[in-house]
Amino acid sequence: MNLIYSQSPHMTTSESAASMPHLGPHIKPNLEQDLEPVLQVSGVTKEFPGVKALNNVSLELYAGKVTALIGENGAGKSTLVKVLTGIYQPDSGEITLGGDTKVFNTAHAAALEGITAIHQETVLFDELSVAENIFLGNAPKGRFGLIDKSSMKAKAVALLKRVNADIHPDTPLKELGIASKHLVAVARALSVESQVVIMDEPTAALSLKEIEELYTLVEQLKQEGKAILFISHKFDEVFSIADFYTVYRDGEMVGSGAISNTNQDELVQLMVGRPVEQVFPNRLSIIGDEVLRVEDYSHPTEFADISFRLNQGEVLGFYGLVGAGRTELMQALFGITKPSAGYLHIEQQQVAIRSPEQAIAKGIVYVPEDRGNQGTIKDTPIFHNVSLPSLAKTLKHKLLNPAAELALTREYTERMELRAAALDQHVNKLSGGNQQKVVISKWLATKPKVIILDEPTKGIDIGSKAAVHHFTAELAAKGMAVILVSSEIPEIIGMADRAIVMRDGRIRAEFSKQEMTPEALVQAAAGIGSAA
Amino acid sequence: MDNTGDGITGSASGKEAGSTLARIPDHLAPWWKRALLNWESMLLLVAATIFMINSFASPYFLDPWNLSDATFNFTEKAMIAFAMALLIISGEIDLSVASIIALVSTAMGFAAQLGVGIPGLVFVAMCVGLLCGAFNGFLVTIMGLPSIVVTIGTMSLFRGISYIVLGDQAYTEYPADLSYFGQGYVWWVISFELVLFLVTALIFGILLHKTRFGRTVTMIGNNPTGALYSGIRVKRVKFILFLLTGVMSAVAAICLTSRLGSTRPSIAFGWELEIVTIVVLGGVNILGGSGTIPGVVIAAFVLGMVTFGFGLLNVPGIMMSIFVGLLLILVIALPRIWARLASG
Amino acid sequence: MIKRLLTSRELILAVAILALIALIALKFPAFIETSNLLDAFNDTSPLIILALGQMVVILTRCIDLSVAANLALTGMIVAMINTQFPAVPVPLLIIVAIIAGSLMGALNGLLTWKLDIPPIVVTLGTMTIFRGLVFVLSEGQWINAHEMSASFKAFPRNEFLNLPVLSWFAIIIALLVIVMVSRTSLGRAFYAVGGNPNAAVYAGIDVGRTQFLAFTISGALAGLTGYLWVSRYAVAYVDIAGGFELDVVAACVIGGISIAGGVGTVAGAFLGAIFLGVIKNALPVIGISPFAQLAISGAAIIIAVAFNASYRNTKGRLILKHDEAVNG
Repeated sequence: MNLIYSQSPHMTTSESAASMPHLGPHIKPNLEQDLEPVLQVSGVTKEFPGVKALNNVSLELYAGKVTALIGENGAGKSTLVKVLTGIYQPDSGEITLGGDTKVFNTAHAAALEGITAIHQETVLFDELSVAENIFLGNAPKGRFGLIDKSSMKAKAVALLKRVNADIHPDTPLKELGIASKHLVAVARALSVESQVVIMDEPTAALSLKEIEELYTLVEQLKQEGKAILFISHKFDEVFSIADFYTVYRDGEMVGSGAISNTNQDELVQLMVGRPVEQVFPNRLSIIGDEVLRVEDYSHPTEFADISFRLNQGEVLGFYGLVGAGRTELMQALFGITKPSAGYLHIEQQQVAIRSPEQAIAKGIVYVPEDRGNQGTIKDTPIFHNVSLPSLAKTLKHKLLNPAAELALTREYTERMELRAAALDQHVNKLSGGNQQKVVISKWLATKPKVIILDEPTKGIDIGSKAAVHHFTAELAAKGMAVILVSSEIPEIIGMADRAIVMRDGRIRAEFSKQEMTPEALVQAAAGIGSAA
Repeated sequence: MDNTGDGITGSASGKEAGSTLARIPDHLAPWWKRALLNWESMLLLVAATIFMINSFASPYFLDPWNLSDATFNFTEKAMIAFAMALLIISGEIDLSVASIIALVSTAMGFAAQLGVGIPGLVFVAMCVGLLCGAFNGFLVTIMGLPSIVVTIGTMSLFRGISYIVLGDQAYTEYPADLSYFGQGYVWWVISFELVLFLVTALIFGILLHKTRFGRTVTMIGNNPTGALYSGIRVKRVKFILFLLTGVMSAVAAICLTSRLGSTRPSIAFGWELEIVTIVVLGGVNILGGSGTIPGVVIAAFVLGMVTFGFGLLNVPGIMMSIFVGLLLILVIALPRIWARLASG
Repeated sequence: MIKRLLTSRELILAVAILALIALIALKFPAFIETSNLLDAFNDTSPLIILALGQMVVILTRCIDLSVAANLALTGMIVAMINTQFPAVPVPLLIIVAIIAGSLMGALNGLLTWKLDIPPIVVTLGTMTIFRGLVFVLSEGQWINAHEMSASFKAFPRNEFLNLPVLSWFAIIIALLVIVMVSRTSLGRAFYAVGGNPNAAVYAGIDVGRTQFLAFTISGALAGLTGYLWVSRYAVAYVDIAGGFELDVVAACVIGGISIAGGVGTVAGAFLGAIFLGVIKNALPVIGISPFAQLAISGAAIIIAVAFNASYRNTKGRLILKHDEAVNG
C-alpha cells in the first residue's frame, strides 16, 4: 500500500517502482481507435476574474470504461466537473454527447442528458429524508402531478440495495454518518438514467472497506456500459481502477492515453511539469529547549488524552486521515475551542488558553487549513490583514497609523517574497500561494514562539509550495517551533523532525526521523499492522 | 522571543533566489483618485444638486432660520445612524432603535412625574438605553441568536412596555429647562442638536476610521471567522456596538422628548426604516464589511433636505415615507443594475 | 405523514397551547365554550393564512416584512372596486385580490432574485411603499361599512357546517400548503434551497427562482387576506393591520420555523398562529389591557427563537465514543 508519488528524497526510484500499485486484474483496452467516445470535450476554456481555470482543454470518455482525470490541486479538475454538470458555462469550446453538441445551462439540463456526478462536497440536504434526497428535483410523479411517495420509497429501497446501503428511505438525512451520506449521494447519482458518471475524489472521506465497496460498484457500472470519469490524486486508485488517463496541469491538458501504456513516474512528471526531483530543503535541525508541552489535552467530542512536547527549532509533523481530530486539536491549542481537560505549558510556565487573543499573546499562532474563511479577510487590503493582530504596535497617540502598518507589512511580506500589485490590493485578488504568504506574514509580525501550519500547501501551486517548505525550514533554523499538520506523507517525511500520528481523536504513534516510513505512517493512521 | 521572526532574511525560496522582485508599491491608485472616485464624492454631488434644486424651487429655502429648522429633520435620526452604521458594518442590525426611543422617553416621563430633575432624567435615559442595548447584545452575542429576529422581537417588546405603561395616555409634564436639548440654540441659528450631531459625527468618525476598535469592526463585518482566527474578540466588539446603539438611541430620545415636550408610546414610530436608509444611502454595505461615517453624514443631509423640500412643497408626510422606501431599494439596486449592464 | 407532522417540536407547542387554555379555563370557564373557541379560531384565521405564506418564505432563507402593507393595499383596492362597481361579484374580487397580492409578492421576489438585494431590505422598503400607495389610492379617506355592498361584507361571515367561511379559508389553505410542501417538487425545493443553497444548485434547483415563487405565494396569500380582512371588519383605511407583519413573523418563529431556513412544518406555523391567537383572545377575558399584547408578542418571539436555538443542539462527531466502544 503506497499512497504517494516519488517526490520524497527518502525514496529511490527503484523503491517507488517496486511499490507501484497492482497493475493486474483489469483487462486493458487494446487501442483507443477501437472506441467511439460517448462524451467528448474539445477546446473548452473557462475564465474567472484573474484566473484561467481551464484553457482549451479536451477530454474523452468511453462506454464501459473508466477514465482517470489526474492533476494537482488547482489544475482545473473541479472546474471541468462543474462545466460538465451545468454548474458553470464554458467561455468557449464544445461538449458533444453521443456525437451531438450539447449546451448545459443548468445542473438540471446536464442531468436530463444523462450526465450525473458524485461531487466532492456532499450536496445533500439534512432536513429531507433519504428518499427525498435521492429524488430531489427528479421525483416520480403520480396523480395530479404530485410526488408519488410510495413509488419513490420503493425505488429508493432498490437503489440503496444496489449500493449495499442498509438505510431506511424515511430516515432523515441528518441522522446518518458521513459514510452513509456518501452512499446516499451515490444512490442519488444512480437514480437518473445516465450514460456518464462522474466521481470527483469519491474516496476522500471513506474507510478502506468503503473504498473496496466503491470499487465493486464502479466495476458494476462499467459492466452496465456507463462511461465513468474518475477524479483522484491517489495513484494506487488510478492504477487499480482506470482504463484511460488524462492529465491536467494549470488549467491545460498535458497528456492522455491508456493506463497500460504508462507508469507512475510518467504521470507524476506530467502532473508537476518537470522531472521529479527533491523538492524538500535539506535541513540541519538544531533542536533547542522545550517551548510547548501539552499534557492530557481532551475535548468532549473531538480528541482525548493528547500529550506531546515541542522544542525550539523543531518541526513536529501531525499525520492522520481526514477526521482524525488533528485540526480540532490545533484549534483548541489556538483557543478557538476550549479543552475539557488537560494542561498547557509554554517555556515551562503553565498557561490557560481560552481565546485566540490569549494564544497570540502567549506566542502560539495558527495558519489554518481553511485559508479563505479562517486565514484571510479577503475583501480588505493586504496591509489590513497583516497588521490586524499587531495593530497595538503600530498605533500613534492611540490612533491608527497607516504608514506604520504599511512598513510592518512591507517588512514581512518582502521576506515571504509576496507577489502583489500593491500593499493595499485586496487579498482576494491574489493567488492561493500568495494569500498563504499574507497569512504567514501576519503571524510572523506577531513574533510567535510556536507556529502551527495546518495543511499549509493544500491547493497552492508547486512554486509556492516549495517557497512554503523552504520558509518553514528557515523558521525552524531560526529557532521557532513548528507544528506541521499534513495529509501528504512526502511533506511529513520531507519536513518533520518527528511525527505524531492521530486516529479517532487520539495519538496512536510517534516516530523519530529515522523511524518514519510511508508504510509505518499509513498503518498507524489507518489502524492496521503492528503500529496500531 | 527575539530569535524568531526578526532574524529571517531575504530569500524564502531557494528556487526563486535568482529572480529579483520589484518593490511592491503601497497603493494601487494615487491618493487623489482614491479620494475622488468613491461613494462619498458622488453623494456630495447629489447633495449639492438637491441644495440647488431646493433653492430654485422655493424662495424660503435659503433663509438661515429655515435651513436651521430643516436640520431638525435628521439630527436625531443621524445620531442613531452613526451607531447603526458601525453595527451594520460589523454584520449585525438593530431594528429596535425606534422602540428604544419610546421606552427611554417613557422612562423619562415616568421619572419626571416623580419630580426627578434634568441630570436625573438624563441619567435615567442613558441607563435605559444601555440596558436595552445590553439586552439585544446579550441575545445576539452570548445566546448566538440572529440579530434580525432578535431585534424584531425587542422592537415589539420595548414599545410594548411603553404601551403597557402609557396605554392611550401621554406624559406631558417635563421640567421647563429640558426643552434646551431639543429647542435650544448655541449661537445664532446653530441649534444645540446640530452641535451635538456634529460632535457625535466627529466622535464616530474617529472611532471607525482612526482607532483599532473601528478597524476591528470592519474586519469582523468582512469575515467574522477570519477576524476570530486573527485574535479579535468578535463577540465583545459586537456587544459593545449594541451598547453604543442603545446609548445613541437614548441620546436621540432625550432630544426628541425635549423637542416634542411630551411622550406617547407611538413616539418615533417607523424611525428604524429611515435610520437604516440613511446608513445604506451613506454607502454602508447592508451585508457588512464596509462603510464610512462621512458617507452617513452626507446621506443624513440629503434626506433632511429632501424632507424639507417636500415640506416646502406641501407634500404629505406619508409620501415622504414612500420616497424613503423607494430610495432604500434604489440605492442598493442601481449599482447592481449598473454593474450588470457594464459587464454585459 | 402523521408521524412527520407531530415531531416532538410541534407536540410541545400543542401541549403548551392546551395547557394555556386549561389554565385560563380554570378561572374563566366560559373561555372554553365551543362557540368562544370557534370565535377565537375565526379571529386567528388571517394570522394563520399569513403565517403559512411567511413560513414558505422563511424556509427559503428569506423574510417578508411587507405582508401587512400588502394586505392593506389589496384590501383598499377591492374595497374601492366594490364601492365603485357594487355589481362585481365577490369571487371575482377574491381573484383580483389574489392577483394584486401575488404581483406585490412577485416584486419582492424579483428584487431578491434578479438583483440579489437582501430580502430584509427589499421588504422593509416595499412595506413603506405599499403602505404609502394605500394613502395615494384612497387620498387618506376611509371606506366605511355603509359604502360596501352587503354581499361583500357577508361572504367571510357566511357559515358552512357551523363554521364561518373565513375559518374554512384558513383550514383549506393549511391543507393546500401541506400538500404543496410535502408532495410537490416546488415544496421540497423550498426546504432544499433554505437548508443548503449551494447543494441545491448541484441538484438542478434554481435558488433565486424558488425564492421568487415563495415570495409570490406569500404575496398571494396576503392579497387574499386583504379581502377577507376588509370585508370582515367592514372598513378599509391606510393603517389597517399596521405592524401585523411582526405577529406573522412571531407566529412562524414560535412555530419552530428556523429563521436560518430549511427547517419548519405547516403544523408548526399553524400552531404558532393559534398560540398567539389564544393569547390575544384571552387578554380581555382575564382582564389584562390590550395594550400589553405588543409586548407579549415581542417576548414570545424572543423566547421562541431562543428555544429554537437551544433545541437544535449540535451533535459532536462522537468519534471518541465510537473509539471507546471499540477498545472496551
